[in-house]
Amino acid sequence: MLKGHQTWIFQSKPVILASAAVGGPFEAAGALSEDFDILHQDIWLGQDSFEKAEKVLLEEAAQKAMDKAGIKKEDVQFFLSGDLMNQIISSSFAARTLGMPYLGIFGACSSSMEGLALGSLIVDSKSANYVLAAASSHNAAAEKQFRYPTEYGAQKPPTAQWTVTGAGAALLGQEGNGPRVTSATIGRVIDMGISDPFNMGAAMAPAAVDTIEAHFRDLSIDPTYYDVIATGDLGKVGHRIASDLLTEHGLIIPDNILTDCGLMIYKPEQPVIAGGSGCACSATVTYGHFLNRMREGKLKRILIVATGALLSPMSYQQKESIPCIAHAVSIEM
Amino acid sequence: MSNKMKKKLTPTQQQYQAFAKAREPKRSVLYNCIKAFIAGGTICTIGQGVQWMFTTYFDFTEVTASNPTVAVMIIISVLLTGFGIYDHMAQWAGAGTIIPVTGFANTMASAAIEHRSEGYVLGVGGNMFKISGPVITFGVFSAFVVALIKLIIQGLGGI
Repeated sequence: MLKGHQTWIFQSKPVILASAAVGGPFEAAGALSEDFDILHQDIWLGQDSFEKAEKVLLEEAAQKAMDKAGIKKEDVQFFLSGDLMNQIISSSFAARTLGMPYLGIFGACSSSMEGLALGSLIVDSKSANYVLAAASSHNAAAEKQFRYPTEYGAQKPPTAQWTVTGAGAALLGQEGNGPRVTSATIGRVIDMGISDPFNMGAAMAPAAVDTIEAHFRDLSIDPTYYDVIATGDLGKVGHRIASDLLTEHGLIIPDNILTDCGLMIYKPEQPVIAGGSGCACSATVTYGHFLNRMREGKLKRILIVATGALLSPMSYQQKESIPCIAHAVSIEM
Repeated sequence: MSNKMKKKLTPTQQQYQAFAKAREPKRSVLYNCIKAFIAGGTICTIGQGVQWMFTTYFDFTEVTASNPTVAVMIIISVLLTGFGIYDHMAQWAGAGTIIPVTGFANTMASAAIEHRSEGYVLGVGGNMFKISGPVITFGVFSAFVVALIKLIIQGLGGI
């Protein structure tokens, strides 16, 4: 049901029956390693390319989520997935393996919450009994496509971020126990003219702010309604900008509520510069860490605002600025 | 940012960029220059040592020793790239590891390794010069222009 200008309220409150997070070696050494279901020590995952490795991450996350819920893939109606690769090959190739009816989505790093929002809408409208929403990214595959070869010796600026190697998946159902998806705010594309692909945080922060403001305006609630409001992958730079921008706009969110998945996933001593990024950043932190805390009863209501930079390697070479988007999904226990 | 770019931005975009810029960590030019000087200097000193070795222990003159010296430096750089060490050194050293010949070897080796998964012809062959290509293109072109200028001046009875 539409509420306000751009927010959906899911009246049946679709249940996240199970969720899974898969990570690579850098995530295994990170701050949230306990919350991953599967951790790999090899970034190749035994495959002969990074792209194939990313596909395996996604397959594993999808399979793990279904195993945890005890639901066979034949019973799942739709698989919604997104990633950062050209033509979203990781998602489509994983869908080939899974053999489920599939909707490929692209919202760059916001794909995780785009998938969860759309999946909840499908379940809420009784168009499916079970929907699997997933997203993935791979550090080396993303570097290869968007920036330089992984072994190339270029110095990264202090605003650069580290793409998370991993995948997250959530299985949504109509009935059952678990955290429930209550509402979602679909973001607008915001472009503040930033064109530096090594400064995604500053590019994406206004999109996150726009969606957060829209969410609270549409639902007429106060930010303190949530225990945690987590942006997807703004990193140190973007988080600071977003937080100051919200304050300037008069929406005060206490520091202990507003956080960022990109700041949580790694340890401070890891060389990730400004923090984590990628589809898997918000996907693994939400589907692993946050949902685990909700199941333990430590968190009651969370709002995940996954942020995405909608650039392509060609668009920035042609001196285009970086259009950004953010989608917010509210999960309550 | 250039003034041309700024003109295209709306006042809101300009205002935001100033807002964001004030909250971004700066690159320290002086600190990076010092690090580049130390790293670049170290690489060149090693190169000098290799050249000295060729002239002292082998039958090379100072001129003929330059080719094997460069070859040794390139092999070291390619090995460090292959073992995944060079990019970590570069994050600290910056221009210090890019400017010497070792940086050029790194651009080619890293691109070749990266695109091995697309095969030898389209992958390695097609992408090896992805980063170093512009250096060669504009290097050869500027050499051509300089040679042309020299010939014209000579033809006009100059030096």
